Amino acid sequence: MKWIDLFTSSVGKKFIMGLTGISLIAFLIVHAGLNACIWANDNGEMFNTAAYFMGHTVVIRIAEIGLFAGILLHIVQGLVLVFQNQRKRTVKYAVPIKDGKSKWYSRSMGLLGTLVLLFLVMHIAHFWVPSRITHTLDEVQLGLKTGENLYARMLDVFQSPLVVILYVLGCISLCYHLMHGFQSAFRTFGVRNDRYLSILTPVGVWFSIIICATFAMMPISMYLGWVN
Amino acid sequence: MNLTLKVWRQKNSSDKGHFETYQVKDISSEMSFLEMFDVLNEQLIKEGKEPIAFDHDCREGICGMCSMYINGRPHGPWHANTTCQLHMRAYKDGDTIVVEPWRANAFPVIKDLVVDRNAFDRIVQAGGFISVNTGNAVDANALPIEKHKADESFAAAACIGCGACVAACKNSSAMLFMSAKVSHLALLPQGDPERKNRVLNMVAQMDKENFGSCTFTQACEAVCPKEIKVTNISRLNGEYLNAAFTEQ
Amino acid sequence: MLNSKIPAGPLDKKWTDYKGHCKLVNPANKRNLEVIIVGTGLAGASAAAALGELGYKVKVFCFQDSPRRAHSIAAQGGINAAKNYQNDGDSVFRLFYDTIKGGDYRAREGNVHRLAEVSANIIDQCVAQGVPFAREYGGLLSNRSFGGTQVQRTFYAAGQTGQQLLIGAYQALERQVALGNVTQYTRHEMLEIVKIDGKTRGIIARDLVTGKLERHFGHAVLLCSGGYGNVFYLSTNAMGSNVTAAWKAHKKGAHFGNPCFTQIHPTCIPVSGDHQSKLTLMSESLRNDGRIWVPKEKGDNRRASDIPENERDYYLERRYPAFGNLVPRDVASRAAKERCDAGYGVGTSKQAVYLDFAAAIERYGRTQANIIGHHDATLEEVIKLGKEVVKEKYGNLFDMYEKITGENPYEVPMRIYPAVHYTMGGLWVDYELMTSVPGLYALGEANFSDHGANRLGASALMQGLADGYFVIPYTIGNYLADEIRTKSIPTDHPAFVEAEKEVSDRINTLMSIQGTESVESFHKRLGKIMWEKCGMARNEQGLKEAIVEIQQLKKEFWSNVKVPGKIEEFNPELDKANRVADFIELGELMCLDALQRKESCGGHFREESQTEEGEALRDDANFSYVAAWEYNGDSKWNLHKEELNFEIAKPSQRSYK
Repeated sequence: MKWIDLFTSSVGKKFIMGLTGISLIAFLIVHAGLNACIWANDNGEMFNTAAYFMGHTVVIRIAEIGLFAGILLHIVQGLVLVFQNQRKRTVKYAVPIKDGKSKWYSRSMGLLGTLVLLFLVMHIAHFWVPSRITHTLDEVQLGLKTGENLYARMLDVFQSPLVVILYVLGCISLCYHLMHGFQSAFRTFGVRNDRYLSILTPVGVWFSIIICATFAMMPISMYLGWVN
Repeated sequence: MNLTLKVWRQKNSSDKGHFETYQVKDISSEMSFLEMFDVLNEQLIKEGKEPIAFDHDCREGICGMCSMYINGRPHGPWHANTTCQLHMRAYKDGDTIVVEPWRANAFPVIKDLVVDRNAFDRIVQAGGFISVNTGNAVDANALPIEKHKADESFAAAACIGCGACVAACKNSSAMLFMSAKVSHLALLPQGDPERKNRVLNMVAQMDKENFGSCTFTQACEAVCPKEIKVTNISRLNGEYLNAAFTEQ
Repeated sequence: MLNSKIPAGPLDKKWTDYKGHCKLVNPANKRNLEVIIVGTGLAGASAAAALGELGYKVKVFCFQDSPRRAHSIAAQGGINAAKNYQNDGDSVFRLFYDTIKGGDYRAREGNVHRLAEVSANIIDQCVAQGVPFAREYGGLLSNRSFGGTQVQRTFYAAGQTGQQLLIGAYQALERQVALGNVTQYTRHEMLEIVKIDGKTRGIIARDLVTGKLERHFGHAVLLCSGGYGNVFYLSTNAMGSNVTAAWKAHKKGAHFGNPCFTQIHPTCIPVSGDHQSKLTLMSESLRNDGRIWVPKEKGDNRRASDIPENERDYYLERRYPAFGNLVPRDVASRAAKERCDAGYGVGTSKQAVYLDFAAAIERYGRTQANIIGHHDATLEEVIKLGKEVVKEKYGNLFDMYEKITGENPYEVPMRIYPAVHYTMGGLWVDYELMTSVPGLYALGEANFSDHGANRLGASALMQGLADGYFVIPYTIGNYLADEIRTKSIPTDHPAFVEAEKEVSDRINTLMSIQGTESVESFHKRLGKIMWEKCGMARNEQGLKEAIVEIQQLKKEFWSNVKVPGKIEEFNPELDKANRVADFIELGELMCLDALQRKESCGGHFREESQTEEGEALRDDANFSYVAAWEYNGDSKWNLHKEELNFEIAKPSQRSYK
C-alpha cells in the first residue's frame, strides 16, 4: 500500500471524493450561515461585516485556498471517475437498467455535478471575482473599517429574473447532488451500522433540502424585495 | 401463451453480435424461463438453425451459473431471484421479452448469452480465503463466535457469484461481490490475521480486472438473488481505509 | 481377483495403522509429481487444495465456468460428524453403525469406519477455513437431527450447507491456484483416460469454449466427477451433471460398482408437464414438521382444504407408527409411489402426495401464544403466530416452492413426489480409493464405497470432504512413492495420440450423423425407460425389456441424432451429445445390475423380493457382495463379486414399524 493508491485505486478515489465532499458540505454550512445575515433587514450591515471578516482573516484566507484545492480535487477526481466508469461497459444494454431501487439522482451524480460546476462558474464570476480579483465593488463604511458592499452587489445581481432562475436551478442540482453525496460519503468512510445509517440517511436528506432551500431563498428574497 | 423474444446472438467473443427475434407458442405458465428457452432451442434445432447458448446448471437458484439480463433487469422481474427460478407466470400472452447477456468489459461475451466470469475467480485468488492448510485446525468449538456475527457472516457468504451486481451496476463495479467475500471473512475471528492484506489485494485485483468503482446507487442490492446488503460495501471501505492507513 | 486392500487388524485401528505404515513422498519429489483432478465439487476441490498444499503439481478440471458451481453447492440439509457436542451419546462407532445400517448392510465396514473417524476433523477444518456454520447464542456450533439417526450430529448453515462447504473448499483451492501449486482449467470436459503400460498417465480434455482437444499428463488421475442420477433425465442433479468421466474410465478398465443403487428422495416438487427439465428437492428437514397424506377416496378431486380430516389417509403414520413421517428415504419414497399407483395421487398429474403443515402451524402457534402470554388466543391468531414460526424455520424452502409452483404453501399443503437424487453406485475403488486401474482414483459420489444400498441424509457432504481432505492425501502417497522415478511423459507419446484420435473420431461421428432427433429427445426417452423399469421398483420382466429398449435406443441414437453447430466452437449441444451417449450405455449396465441382484436392499427394490406387507426383503445369504462390473466390449460385461464381511455390525432386517 502506497500513498498514491489512495488516488489510483477505486476505493481510494472514492475516499478522496468523500473526504473532499464532506469538507465542501462543511463549507456550505458556513456559507449558508453567513449569507443568512441578509435577512437581518439592516440594509446589509451585518452581512457586509461578516463578509469583511471572512475576507480579512488570515486563517480564513488560508482555508479558502484549501477550499479551492478541495473543489478542484473533487471536480477532477469526479470527472475521472465518471469517464473511467463509463468505459467499463463499451457495449451498452439495448434496454436500460431498471433495477427498481436506485434513485435517478444517485445514477446521475456526474451530470448533477457538472450542472453544479457550471453554476459555480457563474456564481464565482458574480461575486468572488469582483471581490477578490478585480476589486470593482462599491465601498461601504462598517463601523471603523471600510469594506466592500457585497450586499449591494447581491441586490444588483438578483434584479435579473434569468439569473434568479439559474440560481434556483443551481440550488436544485446541488440539493440532489447532496442527497446522494451526503450519505454516500459516510458509507465510503465505512459507516455500515444500521443504527447510524437510520439517523444518517434522513439527516442527509433534510440537510440537503434545508441548505439548498436556504440558498435558493436568497436570490428569490432579493428579487421579490423581501429584504432591504 | 405466445411470446415474442428478442435475443442477443453473438457467434464468439470477436463477433459484433446482433438481436434476433423469435416467436414461441403454447408456453405454459408453469414452465421456468429456461425451460421456455429449451423449447425455443428444440424448435431452432428442428428448423436447422443454431440453438441459443446460455449458461445454466443447477436450475435451483444456487450455483450462480445462469445469467440473463431480461427486459432491463438481471435475472428478470422477480425480487431475490435467479433466472432459472423465474417462471413464465411472470408474463402474459403477447408479451415481448428482450434478453441480453451480462454486459461489462470485465465479463466478455463467449457466445450468445454466455459470458466469461473468471475475473471473479481471480479476485478470490487475490485473497478471498483463510490460509489454513488441511489438518492444522483446532477443535471447532475451541473458538466461540458470537451468534449475530456468525449469522451476518453467513448472510454475506450466501453470495452465489452470479455477477448480477456487476450487470446491474452502471459502473460495472464488482464491489458487492467482493465486499460479500471481505465481510464473510472479516466478521470471523479466523479471518482476522489476513484481513488487511486481503482487502488491499482484492481491491487491487478488482481494479486490474477492469471493473468500475462503486458510486452507491444500490442497484446491485436491488437485483441480488441472495439479497446481499450494500452495507457490506461500507464494511469493505472501512476495512480498506483501516488497512491503507495502518498497514506497515 | 478384486483386492479391496482393507488393512488387517481391529476395525478401529485399521486407519491409524494404515497411516502409520503407508509410504511417503519427500517434499522435493512431490514437486515433480503431477496429479490430475477431474471435477471440483466437495471431493475434487478439497483434494486439489489438500494435494496442492502438500506440494504436488496439480491440474484441476471442471466443465462449469468456475469450480464454485459444482453441484455439491446445492446440498441443503447438513453434514454429519461424530463430534458428540450435544452430549447425546454420539461416537465414531455410532456414526459408523448408523451408516452401515442405513446402507442396508451393503457397504464395507473398513471404509465406513474410516469415514466416521475423520468426520470430526472435517468440521474442524471447515470452521478454520471460515465456513459460517449455524451457532448457538453461546457462540458454539449448533446441531440438528436427520433421518435414520437418534442423535443430533448434523452441522448446518441454514439451508445452504453444501454451498458454504463448497465455498470453503473453493477458497482453499483458489489459494493454491494463487500460489501456483494448482492450475485450474474451467469449461473443460474430460473425454478420455490415457493409459501407458497399464497405468493411468493422463487425460484427454476438451476445451468447451474453443472445442479443441487437449492432452494432459499426470502421474495419477483423480475422478471426482459426481453421480449419474441424470441417466433418469429428470433428477435433482444439475443439468450438466454427467457420468462421462467415470464411464470413460470404466471403458478403460475401471470396474463399476453397484450401478443399480440409486437413491430416490421422497420430498421433491412434482413434475408439472413435459417441458420439465429438472426436479427440485425440498429438504428432508421438512418431514420433521410436515404430515404426509392422500385422500382415502380414489380419484378424489376436491381441493385439499375441502377434504375433512377423517377422509384423509396419513399413510406413513398408518403403516409405520414407530417412525411415522420420519422413515428413511427409500421407505417414504416407495410408500408414496404405492399410493399414487393405486390411484390415490393428488394434483392434476395424480403423481403427487400432500405434505401438510397445517398441524405444525397450529401446534407452533399455540406454543408461541403461550410464550407471549396470550392464553385465550383465537384459532386465527394462533395460525398467524404459527405461520411466523414456520417461516423462520423453513422460509427459504417455502419461498422456493412458491416460485416454482405458484402456490402458497402456508395456505395449501405442498404437493411432493419422489425423485432421483443420489447414486450410491459408482466406480469400484479399494480402501485407498484406487479403481481397478493403477493410478486412477475415484472420490466422493463418483465412487461406490461408503453408502451401501442407501445413503443417510447429510452423509454425502461428509464423504466428499473426507475423501478429499483426509483420505487421498495419505493413500495417493502410497502409490506415488513408487513413481518418483517416472519423469513427466511428453504428450506426443503414442498413447496420447491414440487416445486423442479415439475422442476426435467419436466426436466426428456424432457430428456427421445429422439425423432428425435432438439429443434432448434421446435423453428424455432414456430417462423414461429408466424411471419406469429401473426406478423405484424393479422386476425381472421390466428390466429385461429395458435392456432391449436401451440397446435399440442406442442404435437409433448413433444413426439418427442431430447435433447442430461445429466441433471447434462453443457448442453445448455437442457436449450434451457426448454425455447422453455415455448415459445410454450406463443405463444398460444399471438394468443388468438390477437384474442380477434378485434381492431388495436399500434403494434397490425388486418386486419379487418383498415381505407380505410389501417391505423390502434382503437376501444376505446370496447377495452380500459388491457387484463390480468389468467392461468387456460393446454391451458385454463380466461380473466380479467382492464379498462383504461384517465383523462388527451384524446384518439384521430393518424395521420401522
